[in-house]
Amino acid sequence: MAGAATHHDAHSDHRPTGWTRWVYSTNHKDIGTLYLIFAITAGIIGGALSMMMRWELQEPGIQIFHGLAGMVYGIDGDAAIDAGKSMYNAFTTAHGLVMIFFMVMPALIGGFANWMVPIMIGAPDMAFPRMNNISFWLLPPAFLLLLMSLFMPSAPGAHGVGGGWTIYPPFSTSGQPGPAVDMAILSLHIAGASSILGAINFITTIFNMRAPGMTIHKMPLFAWSVLITAFLLLLSLPVLAGGITMLLTDRNFGTAFFAPEAGGDPILFQHLFWFFGHPEVYILILPGFGIISHIVSTFSRKPVFGYLGMAYAMVAIGVVGFVVWAHHMYTTGLSLDTQRYFVFATMVIAVPTGVKIFSWIATMWGGSISMRTPMLWAIGFIFLFTVGGVTGVQLANAGLDRSLHDTYYVVAHFHYVLSLGAVFAIFAGWYYWFPKMFGYMYSSAIARVHFWLMFIGVNLVFFPQHFLGLAGMPRRYIDYPDAFAGWNMVSSYGAYLSGFSVLIFLYGVFEAFSKKRIAGNNPWGEGATTLEWQLSSPPPFHQWEQLPRIK
Amino acid sequence: MCMPHADARPSQGVREMTITMKKVTGAAAAMVLLSGAAAFAAQPTPWQTDFQPAASPIMESITWFENYTLWFIIPVTLLVLVLLAWCIVRFRASANPTPSRTSHNTIIEVIWTVGPVLILLCLAIPSFQLLTAQYTPPEEPALTVKAIGNQWNWDYEYQVETPLTFNSALLLDEDRAAAGKEDRGAYPRLLAVDNEVVVPVDATVRLLVTGSDVIHSFAMPAFGVKVDAVPGRINETWFKATKEGLYYGQCSELCGKDHAYMPIAIRVVTPDQYQTWLAAAATDLGGANRALMASVDAQNKIASAGE
Repeated sequence: MAGAATHHDAHSDHRPTGWTRWVYSTNHKDIGTLYLIFAITAGIIGGALSMMMRWELQEPGIQIFHGLAGMVYGIDGDAAIDAGKSMYNAFTTAHGLVMIFFMVMPALIGGFANWMVPIMIGAPDMAFPRMNNISFWLLPPAFLLLLMSLFMPSAPGAHGVGGGWTIYPPFSTSGQPGPAVDMAILSLHIAGASSILGAINFITTIFNMRAPGMTIHKMPLFAWSVLITAFLLLLSLPVLAGGITMLLTDRNFGTAFFAPEAGGDPILFQHLFWFFGHPEVYILILPGFGIISHIVSTFSRKPVFGYLGMAYAMVAIGVVGFVVWAHHMYTTGLSLDTQRYFVFATMVIAVPTGVKIFSWIATMWGGSISMRTPMLWAIGFIFLFTVGGVTGVQLANAGLDRSLHDTYYVVAHFHYVLSLGAVFAIFAGWYYWFPKMFGYMYSSAIARVHFWLMFIGVNLVFFPQHFLGLAGMPRRYIDYPDAFAGWNMVSSYGAYLSGFSVLIFLYGVFEAFSKKRIAGNNPWGEGATTLEWQLSSPPPFHQWEQLPRIK
Repeated sequence: MCMPHADARPSQGVREMTITMKKVTGAAAAMVLLSGAAAFAAQPTPWQTDFQPAASPIMESITWFENYTLWFIIPVTLLVLVLLAWCIVRFRASANPTPSRTSHNTIIEVIWTVGPVLILLCLAIPSFQLLTAQYTPPEEPALTVKAIGNQWNWDYEYQVETPLTFNSALLLDEDRAAAGKEDRGAYPRLLAVDNEVVVPVDATVRLLVTGSDVIHSFAMPAFGVKVDAVPGRINETWFKATKEGLYYGQCSELCGKDHAYMPIAIRVVTPDQYQTWLAAAATDLGGANRALMASVDAQNKIASAGE
């Protein structure tokens, strides 16, 4: 596919050393590594939040949050119970925002895309290396602001943003006068700016810096997925920024965009939010689609089936993803015709998504399949994403969504596509590229134990939540009627198992770095055809000083 | 737990039961007979895996449609699972050392594009019918009730000749005895309220929903009703409860600290019971509620004695 790419190490790299290598870094691989470390850190924090929530929900009644509130805020009695209830809401909010903005996006876009897209398209680095640096370094302060907001007053007697990641007004405006919401808004602004800068960088890089001969229709699917994701970011994040700026001015400067008592409309915010929020969920999953295509192809030793269909299915998902936002709002009082339109448009998305699922299977069909660790994760992804996808088709129907909206059925659905979809794609990518990025091979046994524990764990967490949702259990509840106890208990035990599997993941990383098994340039064999496998592992500090030529 | 009224007096029961049977509709009577007390069909049950039993035609349609969608999505999921398993086994490297180089097949790509379109069409037709039905009350509503969500309770306004308004909040444990709601089966923790909404059976009820502070959501699973209570706007919906009983729902839009503690309870009674209650409630809501509970209890005792 490409020309030889050797003799890099002979050159002087001008590589900065010590802390300046990381803090001042303009190198896409170092920045990618920073993003991955950041994402793992945020994932552990966001996961810990969810562990506390599942611990709380293991039994009916309030188990732990009054004690937690007592410890953190130094109060007791009824005040601690009240503070604990609010704290639970702050945890659901923070869990969502942390996992979306500080775990999945940094891992897939900042981490894997930064690392692999320039290499895959035969570019020496990103188009704007210094902008790449600031894209990353905006994230830690954004994350800190969000974490600090947990300790700031919000509603009277409460700390932390308690309105869910959707921060609907009036609860996020008049409902929580304290500074917590302002800090969270600022955090989202900064994280959004980081993502927009990153998106500009990817679009410029992919459009202008492909190696000679790599036409857009020869570009690897991961680069395609990142290109589409970057456009979604570029077009949707400014709308979020506008919406939360209006929240900010409503809160602090006397405007009334969302205040009905002064002629504003709370539903306007929901339209703005979901105009961003729905593309956002495709932002979270599209890079995963790209990763899975590479892994399935590599371990089937076959080219991706229906390459053009795969690429344009993602384009279709991205385009249609912009015109379905109000399917999150079926119960807000949309007119009948509006609901009809959004039902129709939403169902359309199932078609390109189906094309992708079947094309992955067709890629495997007739292949020579080796079930190495990344393939295990990829196949787990395909199945779990299908489960989440078909419940999405159900939820698209406004008439049925009436009963399921804001219940645990929705929680189960979006965790199947995101927690089990996007996160499985992240782990698949991690185990696929780990030997390339760091030069060491991990222990396949540990990685498989990680997979199976996590696979069983997350299914135990989320499958019973379908039942809870059908039975009518609303989401974001700290306590529930006793009839819901059984499936909640199962769900919580599954969460502990999933949490334990993350510890195994971390141990596997530690083990790989301590054993230092040399991975070699291409540990996956002839099925791995993209350009990164022609480089050393880890790749040279600056790659493609002689551009590869694509036939 | 399912039979709180099993101690009913059979001697009195048989004769009066026939009278009761004439009063209530066939469906409601059958339901009463089956469940012992009608209220029990209208709340979640342990290890439940499906919707709560429908108590309105719309919820029956929603339940039907949900089951209908399962006939498509479960086979699709199983198909994907089987194909994946088949590929893993049949095309494993040891069994198939030389991979094919096939990367295109126009016919199959057309099939898996058109196939899902057809499935979606099969889903869309009843889906649009269901959606339309939800916005098409069968008749001019006989009663209009306005629900106003507050942090963290509900206000109800009966828009009748002598307007009736009252507040409905979570039933506190210390108030159970005074309210005569010590039966935790019929009045479960986190679902029972102090003052239920009371509506007549088989009547179309117009429901107006709004919020006074932040957004709440009025949900009644057994009726297939969920509508957001948004400050500054009034959302309209309707329901027609076809089975007598006590039905529970919960606030379904995150509204703050006590979001989990503002349940919704609707008691569906005979038109006579409703009229009696409405007349009495105007002056003495507590007394009207107690009298209604006594009336419903008596009716249930008769019914369960008949089993």
